[in-house]
Amino acid sequence: MTMAAIEILGLEKTYMVGFWRKRPKTALRPLNLTVEEGEIFGFLGPNGAGKTTTLKLLMGLIFPTAGSARMLGRDFTDPEIKAQIGFLPEQPYFYDHLTAHELLEYYGQLSGVPAKKRKQRAEEVLQQVGLRDIQGVQLRKFSKGMLQRVGIGQAIFHDPKLVFFDEPMSGLDPMGRREVRDLMEQLKLAGKTVFFSTHILSDAEALCDRVAIIHRGELRGVGAVEDLTSSVQGKVEVIWQGTLVPASIKALGAQYHVTGDTVRAVLPENQQDAAIDALRRERIRLIAITPVRTSLEDYFVEKLQRAETTAGRIA
Amino acid sequence: MSARIVHIASNTFREAVRDRVLYNLIAFALLLSGASILVGQISIDIEKLVVINLGLTAVSLFGVVIAIFIGIGLVSKEIEKRTLYTILSRPVRRWEFIVGKFFGLAGTLVVNVFFMAIGVFAALFYVSHKFIAADALIFVALYFIILEFLILCSLALLFSSFSSPLLSAVFAFSLFVIGSFAEDLRGFAGMAHGFTRWLATGAAYLVPNFSAFNVVSSIAHEQPVAAQLILHNTLYALFYATMALSGAVLIFERRNLK
Repeated sequence: MTMAAIEILGLEKTYMVGFWRKRPKTALRPLNLTVEEGEIFGFLGPNGAGKTTTLKLLMGLIFPTAGSARMLGRDFTDPEIKAQIGFLPEQPYFYDHLTAHELLEYYGQLSGVPAKKRKQRAEEVLQQVGLRDIQGVQLRKFSKGMLQRVGIGQAIFHDPKLVFFDEPMSGLDPMGRREVRDLMEQLKLAGKTVFFSTHILSDAEALCDRVAIIHRGELRGVGAVEDLTSSVQGKVEVIWQGTLVPASIKALGAQYHVTGDTVRAVLPENQQDAAIDALRRERIRLIAITPVRTSLEDYFVEKLQRAETTAGRIA
Repeated sequence: MSARIVHIASNTFREAVRDRVLYNLIAFALLLSGASILVGQISIDIEKLVVINLGLTAVSLFGVVIAIFIGIGLVSKEIEKRTLYTILSRPVRRWEFIVGKFFGLAGTLVVNVFFMAIGVFAALFYVSHKFIAADALIFVALYFIILEFLILCSLALLFSSFSSPLLSAVFAFSLFVIGSFAEDLRGFAGMAHGFTRWLATGAAYLVPNFSAFNVVSSIAHEQPVAAQLILHNTLYALFYATMALSGAVLIFERRNLK
């Protein structure tokens, strides 16, 4: 049986706001969440949902109002556990008087990486994040995307067992995003646990074993990506060659669009046979029929809309 | 001392050097060489007195400006720029961060004082063409200036741990000015009555007594410094800096980094 990499037990955060700091503002409602070792876990939610608050609580940057957590089997407030944890904050900023190489060495020193290993490890990591050629340049001359790469480098420098990334794709170009995705997969293959927050659902769908959705500081759903996206909606997508849409198919209530010389139509599952018959009658070449599955985006939007409706009813 | 404190201190020192803080030495060198040439021409028999007074006062003022303006940003700048996030997400205790920052800034100031001291002695040699045994007293004045900086660094860090850089600068500079007149404040407390006396006495003993560290004038007149004063000032500076640093740690340990 694998050990849970992260166990969050009723962690919550309320800030006191206003001039006299007497008005409570809830940033995170009691959160219970378990992340297994070796998985890539996506923490999804719109901006301001509570993702960064959760990460800051786990990193000890802010203190919880209530609740606790365990990481790699130890209490999250134990400073020593952080030697096995990597963290990339959102829109990271680093000491810009240092070069990328010096910065990694410095973080290595603070994480307790032995002096002998640091130089070699810095070379490896800079190669991994694509900064080897500019390792001697001070960070004040780095672009946002380059800083993001340095941030990823410092998070994995000390070979942590558990890595937290807060919006890791932010500021990266398409190539950079692909490289980060590959890097996360490499980390998983190396047996590491990756916990990353994002509001870019395609990244989560492509990478994650499981995801959690958070909105307005409250957990709205959690599960394996394939479970969340496998539910069939009772519709099928029919694809055929040409640009003609037979009137009989339109009559079935199909939603369709023509791309090049292909037509894609979505219609109720029970109309599938009628549609095939219509295509045969018109001697149109059928390319594919596939059941329409819920995408992560559909699931996400549905969860958020349900939360909005509930909130509206309570109000 | 924890290795992490040493690493944080080294990085603070390196940051100050690369941010060209030590460039103040150029201004100091220009000031002192200009002053030496000038006093050599206009003063009769008091060149040495003027150079020692001017040199040591400049060492102190340059250091005070550096201590306050770097010290006030040591914590707040790290929070504002979020560089602290990647430090505290490592096995670094918050107190280690504060203490490391303190030693980094103190180290910067000591190096600064070292180079300025070379300048002072060079200017002294330029005007008097020789050194005498009494010139060694300048080391005592420099030592007191360093002790003064330790207190000021710890105060700047204390304010930086809960306040904005601007307010921290105002607080630290105000305390420096009030502390420079601490003896007068104590004198006033002795003469006052009732509640005013109680208040003035409290304030006089709470603010750092920087006036006890100012021996520049007596050293310029080649008057010796009592060993008891050296011991007293050393213990006082260590106690005051430790208290201020403890306050900074206590505040910072509880602070949410938004």
